[in-house]
Order: sequence, then C-alpha cells, then structure tokens
Amino acid sequence: MDAKLQHSGNEADKTLTGKQKAMQLLGKMDLRAYTMIAALLGIWVFFSFMNEFFLSPRNLSNLFLQMSVTSILAIGMLLVIVAGHIDLSVGSIVGLTGGIAAILQVWYDWNTLPVILVTLFVGVLIGLIQGWWVAYQAVPAFIVTLGGMMMFRGVLMGISKGSTIAPLEDTFKLIGSGYIPYLMGWGLAVVAIVVIAVSQWKQRQTRKKYGFALSPLYADVIKILFYAVLIGIFVSLMNSYKGIPFPIILVLVLAILFTFIAKKTRMGRHIYAIGGNTEAARLSGINVRWRTMTVFVFSSLLASITGIVLTARVNAATIGAGTMYELDAIAACVIGGTSLMGGSGTIVGAVIGALVMASLDNGMSIMNMENFWQFIVKGGVLILAVWFDMYSRRKKTA
Amino acid sequence: MRYALEMKGITKEFPGVKALDNVQLNVKKGEIHALCGENGAGKSTLIKILSGLYPSGSYEGECLIHGKPQSFSSIRDAETAGIAIIYQELALVSEMTVAENIVLGAEPSRKGVIDWDQVTHDVQRWLAEVGLKNINPQEKIRNLGVGQQQLVEIAKALSKKAEILLLDEPTASLTDSEVEILMGILQELRKRGVTCLYISHKLNEVFRIADTITVLRDGQTVSTRPTSQMTEDQVIAQMVGRELTDRFPKSKRSPGEVLLSVQDYSVYEPGTKSKKVDRISFEIRKGEILGIAGLMGAGRTELVTSLFGGYPGKSDGEVWMDGKNIRIQSPKDAIRLGIALVTENRKETGLILGMDIRQNLSLAHLDRLHRGGVLQENEEVSLAEQYSQELRVKAPSLETVVGTLSGGNQQKVVIGKWLMTQPRLLILDEPTRGIDVGAKYEIYQIMNRLAEKGISIVMVSSELPEILGMSDRILVMHEGRFTAELSHEEATQENIMYAATGGQ
Repeated sequence: MDAKLQHSGNEADKTLTGKQKAMQLLGKMDLRAYTMIAALLGIWVFFSFMNEFFLSPRNLSNLFLQMSVTSILAIGMLLVIVAGHIDLSVGSIVGLTGGIAAILQVWYDWNTLPVILVTLFVGVLIGLIQGWWVAYQAVPAFIVTLGGMMMFRGVLMGISKGSTIAPLEDTFKLIGSGYIPYLMGWGLAVVAIVVIAVSQWKQRQTRKKYGFALSPLYADVIKILFYAVLIGIFVSLMNSYKGIPFPIILVLVLAILFTFIAKKTRMGRHIYAIGGNTEAARLSGINVRWRTMTVFVFSSLLASITGIVLTARVNAATIGAGTMYELDAIAACVIGGTSLMGGSGTIVGAVIGALVMASLDNGMSIMNMENFWQFIVKGGVLILAVWFDMYSRRKKTA
Repeated sequence: MRYALEMKGITKEFPGVKALDNVQLNVKKGEIHALCGENGAGKSTLIKILSGLYPSGSYEGECLIHGKPQSFSSIRDAETAGIAIIYQELALVSEMTVAENIVLGAEPSRKGVIDWDQVTHDVQRWLAEVGLKNINPQEKIRNLGVGQQQLVEIAKALSKKAEILLLDEPTASLTDSEVEILMGILQELRKRGVTCLYISHKLNEVFRIADTITVLRDGQTVSTRPTSQMTEDQVIAQMVGRELTDRFPKSKRSPGEVLLSVQDYSVYEPGTKSKKVDRISFEIRKGEILGIAGLMGAGRTELVTSLFGGYPGKSDGEVWMDGKNIRIQSPKDAIRLGIALVTENRKETGLILGMDIRQNLSLAHLDRLHRGGVLQENEEVSLAEQYSQELRVKAPSLETVVGTLSGGNQQKVVIGKWLMTQPRLLILDEPTRGIDVGAKYEIYQIMNRLAEKGISIVMVSSELPEILGMSDRILVMHEGRFTAELSHEEATQENIMYAATGGQ
C-alpha cells in the first residue's frame, strides 16, 4: 500500500470540524514559541500588578531599548549554537568595535558612515580569524573564543589607553537613541502589513501551482488580520511616547533577515544539519568547515553592530563596555528553547528570550528591588526554563 | 564432569527480535573454549549476559559458575564471581599509567588513601604473569602498543582473581607477532587452570588454541564438540548452514559496459602508514549489483568511504569512470560525478535525527534546489513527496522527525536521500542492518529496480544470504585485500566464508 502523505490530503480537510482546523492552524506554528510568549505575558502581568507603570508606553519603550543589545547578540549566538559551537568573545567584540568606532569619530574626526563601515569590517575580520581557528584548525570554539574574549578586551584597553572616549556626533547617536517620527512609524506599519499580505498571497499561488493542499482562505485572512492588529497596537503604543526607538527597528530587520537565512536558504539548512549531525552533513556533500567559519563571521558582525548601537546609546566608549554580554546572549538563546547540543533553535525564540531577560531586569528595577536580586532571579529563571523544557520533552517521549 | 561455566536455556528477546533462543553453553574448567558464529549470531548478547551488563531477570534461563547458580545484576557481580572480560575495543584509560589502570576500581587503600607501594608490588607480579616483565608500571597506557595493552587488560583481569576470562575478538587489532605472544600466554594460563571463552571468527586461531568449539547460529547453539573432532569446513558449514528460501526477489538483468574501474587502490589509516585497503583493483558495470563480502574490519567500509571521498585517511591508486581518470577529494565531488554512499550506520552518519523527512531527503541535493542561495521549498516538497512515495516510507507526514521512525523507514529515507541526487553508482554499506524482514525485502526490490534502470550498485554486507541472493558478482575481502572473486553461480556460503577467513 502507498504511504499517503498529508500534503496530498486535500479532501480530508473538508471533513474536519472547526476546532480541529484551529488546532491544525496552531500546530503549524511553533508550539514552543507559544509557551514562551505565554511565559512572557505572565511576567508582564505579574510586574504590572506589582507596579502600574510597568505597562506604560514610556516604560515599554525603555524595555524594548534595553533588550535590543542582547537581542542582536542573541541572533548571532543562536547561529553559532545551532551549528554546535559557542562564542564567548562577543562581549569583548562589542567593547572593541564600539571603542574603534568612538576612536575614529572622536579622535580622528571621521564621519559617521565611514566609521560604521570600518567598524563592521573589523567585525567581519575578527569573525574570519576566529572561525578559521575553529573550522580549519579544529581548536574547540570554547577555547578560541575564550582566548578571543581576553585578547579583544586587551586590545581595547591598549588602543583606548584606558580612557572613556566621548562624545559622539548627533548622526551617530541616532543609531542608539533615535526615534522614528510619528507618521513614519505608521507608514512603516502599513508597509509591513502589505508585505505580509502579499507574501501570504504569493505563497498561496505557488502552492496552488504545485498542487499542494491549501489552508482555507479565511484562515489566511485571520492570520493577516492578527498580525495587522499586533503591529497596530505596537506602533500606537510606541507613538504615544516618542515614537518607535530606532534600535528596535534594527532588531526587527535583523531578526527577520536571519530568520529568512536560517529557514529559507541553503546556508541556513546546512548550519542546522551540521549542528544536528556533523558527520552525516559532511557525507552529504556539505562543506562543513566553510559553513562553520561563516557562522562565526555572522556572530562577530552582529557583535560589531551591537558595539555601534551600544556606543551610540550611551554616547561614549568605555573599556568595560559589553562585559558579560556573551552570557546574556547565551542565556537568551537557551531561554528561547535552543539546545546547546546544536541542531535546534529559532531566532524568534532567542529574541523572545532576550525580551524575557530584559523584562525581568526592567520589572525588578522599577519595583526598586536591589540590583543583586536581578542576578539571582535571572540565574534561577535560566535554570528553570531549561529544566521545564527537558521535563516536558521527557514527558512527551515517555 | 565439573563445568566452570554452564548456561542453560538462555533466551533473550529484544523488541521484535529473538537474539538468543534457548542457548546451551558448557565450558569445562581449565579449557580454552571457542565460541564461533557469524556477525549477529548472538555472541555479543551472550557476553553481555555473562558480564552482568544485561542483569538477571532481563533474560530467561540459568547461569552456573562452578555448579552454583548465579544472578548477576551488575558488572561488579560478575567480577566477584570470577568472570573478567577482555573487550574487542580496549577499555583502558589511555592517560593513566599501567599500574593505575590495573588497580582501577579496586585500589588497595587505607581510609580512602591509596597505598601506592602495595600497588606497585602487586602490579609487577601480574605483569610478569602475562609476559610484560619489562614494562614500567608507571608508563602511560597510550605509550604502549595495542598488543601490550591487550596483555595489560589480561593482567588487570588476573588481578581481580578472575577464573574465567572472556576474550571478545582479542586479536582483531593485533599484529602476527603479538598474536603469537597472546597465544603463548593463553596456553600458560590454561596450565594454571584459568578457563577461557575465546570468541573469534578467525578459524585458524581457533583451531590452534581451542580445546572445544561451540557454534552459534541465529541465536541458537548448533553444536559443542572437541576441536579434534571438527574441521574448519564443518565449522563454516555450521556457522552459515541455514536454508536459503525465497527471501530474495529475482530480477533478470544483463550488466552493460564498465562504469567504474579501480586500480591498485590503497587506503591508509588516518595519520599513519598502515594500510586498511591494500592495492586492490576491481570494476563495476552499468546495471550490475556487485557484492563485497568479508568479516568486520576487513577494510570494506574504508574502501567504499574512501572511494566516495569521505574517509579521513589518505589513499592512492587510480579510479576511472566512463574511461576518464577521476579524482574524488570530497563527498561533494562524488555527488557531482553521480556517486552516492549509503553509510553503514544510519543514525551516526546517515541521518540528521532531529530533522524531518523532507529535510533529510533533500540534504544531499540542496545544491540543485536553490536559486541564489534561497531554497526552492515547493520544488523540495514535491521531490520529497515523490521519493517517499516511491520508497513507501511509512510516516504520518513529510514533517515527521526521522528520529521517531522505525529502522526500516529510516533506512528508506537514507536511500531516498541518495536517489534524489540521481546517482549512477549507488554504494550501499550494510543496507539492511538492524531492520525487519519485510523492510529488507522492500529494499532488495528497490535495488533490483535500480539495477534494471542501469544504475550500478555496490553492496557491502556481512549477511551472506543477502550477498548470495542479490549480487551478480561477489568480491570477498580479507585484511584489506580481495581474496576471491566469485560469480553469482559459483558462490556458496562455504567458499565465501573460506575466503573471508583468509583462505586463498
């Protein structure tokens, strides 16, 4: 008998009840992402009970600003972890590239654009060097990036002569602390909704062309409306304070871009395959070394972007900038459901993980809890998140 | 007659498989007793029961040591009863010294503090017993040769007052002179009354040293007889002697012209000069199924993996395809030339277990499934659907994670992955290992269909019936060389086994 596969099960859909259809629709999206979002909402509800200002537009705007640095790092870290490695150097790279940017602008009077380009170039270069050691010389990533973590911090101390470098030009500061004006914000929202609608429609057309089963039209419409409402709420919230913070736009663009790379490109598939089973990937004709190096280039590039954003936001480069950020990024990935064994994890999860961490920080500080509590609570949440994940998976297999 | 070791009516079942079926084993005190059988006959399972790795209660039957019934629930229990095992893969800690290894887990100590003087004293005595007087007990294990390490293992066993030694393929990685030393020491131990259970498929060794031979086949005891009443041919016949029923679909095909020709091909172990494959030559025709038989460790996997560009060690020799000299440096080169390799171990080297069926199927074909780096997902899904239907993969959907599939379905996914690359030469390394009879039959049918289409197939297999049933031509490999080339008509289980065990 032929194995009947669901893709051709067009007729079967018609006999499903409404409830089953809804389940099917939900099931297609990542179930773990829902648990994450539920946990995040839980944290928000808790803090809004404890302090009414938590959900105010002003505080939410702040919260998103705070999460942006960890989020960008977490995107790069996610790719590294998925490929089965780790990058401990990103915090130092943030400091070093931020320092280089500030030195070029403050000491040498460079314009903002060339400063950014050179800084990003340094990021790529660092990634190439570290990636080469890991991929082609087979030195464990833990060691290479631990060494990098120390060395880049040392370089930063050397070139900055231990001083704080400030202030930067207004154009540079915009990257970290600019807001999208009111009308432009709504403009972006409309563009985003149109893009979502068009891509849904295009997807329908190609699925039709290949003769695959289509979800009912109303389901697609509901999906688009859902996103439209979400975007609308977000923009109006941000606009009722100062507008959308620019770093948030950057996070969204990078998250979408890298989700596309991870899910829709050959390179992304290769990275997941390498992390899932390196030997099988190699014997399937995948250039494991090249891909591994690429992953480290991405991670360092994103760290240099973070360096620029951070320097722009605090309007200064210091020798301590970015210290311990790698651990925040790793924690964000792990809270977001990424396995440190490699092969699994999503960028959306990592970004939500970063949001969870930022929410805990923010919520506890507006509750006027002392600083030390933040470390204790965040550490506890990290362990609980992983425990819960493993526990639920064990239950599923048992 | 007192037996050192008796096993009565041992039956051990795994889900879907009876690994041991009412096995009887009687080993006399102070003898060297050989246990022979094909790969998968149940030897390893038997050892795991004896060693306590499968605790009592997980199997049926009875184990007696010196007439006393035993119920081992752990390895330690077995050790206490005087059983020690020398594994095929050495179980020594290579960064520790000889002395530390010998006493590992049983260090003489006072209040938790190890008495190293006592250790050195004892260790020297045991080393002398296995002919390693000249070894410094403070030498690290990794500085010793494989043969010496094997002897250290035996010394370790003796130190635990072992009266029954289980040796599982002890000579698999030894040189000839090391084998000599080992044989001498086993004879020495026999004089002292130590009982040995010697597991090997090297029959010449078995006949040299064993007093008694027990043959296992398909989890059952075939016979136990003194070596003097047996011949090598009889043992081989007993090892393989099962009826060949119609388990292999017949197909009519006539191989065409030569597709691939390999000349003087050698493969070296990574980082060394030792040859895993030694100057072999062969060719394969279009639409031909070429079987490569041999025992484990004969170099078959190294040969095919190296031809595919996936073996870490160096190789030399020439490979010709369609009359053109080709050089394959990586699996990518091989795929481009239309060569595919279904590896021996699907879980370790074939599949990404956490990915779904679609992603696994397309993995080797991604280079032709993208436009500017962006995957053509619809194309991918329709190809995946096509191959999973063609191979009858039984799963709820293409989104099913392959780790949850049965062995047979996993194997079909691996084969599908390679068929998607549209190979001209398909190499299958142990294609039916660990899968049930029904799935085996389906895989044989797939092979016949492909051969009829003109695809050349190389099948490496340790299962003789499958080699005999499916191959147009059979090459037998022994220690890196071909020791026989047999046509489908002239091949028998006996002459393959004879060549595989080293007879020319």
